[in-house]
Amino acid sequence: MTTTATVPTADPAASAPPAARGRGRVALRRFAANRNALTGAVVLLLLFLLAFAGPYLTPWSHTDIDYSALREAPSADHWWGTNRIGQDVYAQVLHGLQKSLLIGLLTALTATVLASVVGACAGYFGGWTDRIMTFFIDLLLVFPAFLIIAIVSPRLRERGWIVFVGLLAVFGWMITARVVRSMTRSLKEREFVRAAQLMGVHPLRIIARHILPNVSSFLIVDATIAVGGAVMSETGLSYFGFGVQPPDVSLGTLIADGSDAALTYPWMFFFAAGLLVVFVLAVNFLGDGLRDALDPTSGHHRTRRRPRRKGTTHDRAAR
Amino acid sequence: MSPTVLAYLTKRLGYYALLLAVAVFLSYVLSSLALSPRGYFEGRQPPPPAASVEAQLTELGINDHTPLMERFGTWVSHAVRGDFGRTIDSSSVGEEFGRRIGVSLRLLFAGTLLGTVAGILAGAWGALRQYRFSDRAVTVFAFLLLSTPTFLLAVLLKLGAMKVNQAAGTELISFTGEKTPGLSGSAGTLLGDRAAHLLLPTLSIALGTAAAYSRYQRGTMLDVLGSDFLRTARAKGLTHRRAVLTHGLRTALVPMSTFFAYGFLALFTGAAFTEKIFGWHGMGSWFIDAIGKSDVNSVVAVNVFAAVMVLLSGFLADVLHAALDPRVRTS
Repeated sequence: MTTTATVPTADPAASAPPAARGRGRVALRRFAANRNALTGAVVLLLLFLLAFAGPYLTPWSHTDIDYSALREAPSADHWWGTNRIGQDVYAQVLHGLQKSLLIGLLTALTATVLASVVGACAGYFGGWTDRIMTFFIDLLLVFPAFLIIAIVSPRLRERGWIVFVGLLAVFGWMITARVVRSMTRSLKEREFVRAAQLMGVHPLRIIARHILPNVSSFLIVDATIAVGGAVMSETGLSYFGFGVQPPDVSLGTLIADGSDAALTYPWMFFFAAGLLVVFVLAVNFLGDGLRDALDPTSGHHRTRRRPRRKGTTHDRAAR
Repeated sequence: MSPTVLAYLTKRLGYYALLLAVAVFLSYVLSSLALSPRGYFEGRQPPPPAASVEAQLTELGINDHTPLMERFGTWVSHAVRGDFGRTIDSSSVGEEFGRRIGVSLRLLFAGTLLGTVAGILAGAWGALRQYRFSDRAVTVFAFLLLSTPTFLLAVLLKLGAMKVNQAAGTELISFTGEKTPGLSGSAGTLLGDRAAHLLLPTLSIALGTAAAYSRYQRGTMLDVLGSDFLRTARAKGLTHRRAVLTHGLRTALVPMSTFFAYGFLALFTGAAFTEKIFGWHGMGSWFIDAIGKSDVNSVVAVNVFAAVMVLLSGFLADVLHAALDPRVRTS
């Protein structure tokens, strides 16, 4: 609420109408009033700090082995204890957290870009473009992503985690694209799009200037929640050895290593597992708060939380 | 069923058949290219002679020296007659399938049913009591469950059971496999043993499912509760309860029919993890083991099964949608 006071009133370069800034202010105020969302944002910030600054606080790196301390409980020397071969759990978990956060962010970003481009093009152009793209979307939906990633994973052992990000993204954009498609179909009939069409603006420019900004609220919320989803997929696949490969670590591989001895040596398991749940929880709270803040229909009547509008009736009926 | 609905459903069915054909082809090609059964045979101890490896690969129809399209052609000609070939251990894929599918269905049925019903009820109930303490409690609990991946939930349940067993001194909660091996006794004892083994896997599937459905249902229900047609129904003289049940819940279920279809995807993945962690020999653990053994025929069979199930649930959602939403009938 206080930050908006310093916004300059006149900026000739910005084509955004004043209403847009007003809407941003409303969204910010709503967001600040939502305790869950604020908590989520703060926790996420702390987790990022922990993941990227935390490793500098300890002399141990995630690959160091301390032969004098095997399976040692947390102490001043090893803050979160050591694992069965004497590696520092604090250093390992933080490294794993880093990797999981990076994978989650990159996957969500790639998937959202893919979804908005394909969805908007399919919805805007219609006809055969739409038919082909919809077929492609449906085809990718036929297989659980887990199956395909698991099948190709033996071939990816040497390629590293960035290929893994690509795979997660390729199988994570379809439902979002469907929603963008159906939103685009209704936006296409609006006056401002009609006006742009009559003025001869290039279709791709219309999509970039008029369509995408109007679905941005949905995309922001969806991308936020997708980060949590991507991290959950990543850790699940890594848990079974289909994801991040040793010597690299992620929260998933750490949980897999620690789960067998979790009752005897809880520190090997619960730090990684706890951080994973806290991270996804914070992302979900943030996403939920953003939805409340950005959704123009919320706050009018007793409906405040909206459902995740994935594959709505409109979408199905329209086809 | 009116003719328009039938025409609509027939069109959808044709579309799904096309999707299935392309998907099966792609999964065969992908599995054949990504997995290396030759490496699996050559890596055996003691190393088998090259000629024997060659012969075994050819017999299974997965020899990478045969052109891929020829292999696929042979596979399809057998598959359309219901013969999905042999696993890498030379047992019949069909028989393996028959054994595994029962295990998976027993595991999934109770968990899904319980989770869906509990989720829908919790969501609708939460919407009716929006912002009261009970609604908040359900919301927080659902968020916590939604933020725990299935595999972690399963591991945590297992750890909890181990702790309980330790404290009790006996195996109070069993969590490995479908039944106690070598147990004999009356039918009641055997059934009780199976039920005890079902407890944890069912919970790990049901909890996640219920959390997801409760959020969706709460959202759609809130939209419906604030709608004009519900107010009209009340104005018409219906009691609040009748208006909510006959006009509210039904309408709120329409968008849910789509979620049922795509929920299958998440369910299948979750079930694979659950089976593997609790030592059930179902479809999911078959798939994971088959990848480890480069067993192309088994991997393809699981893929076909998954594709058929997804499309079938998609079709069911269409039917459900046509039954619940009058707009489909008139358009």
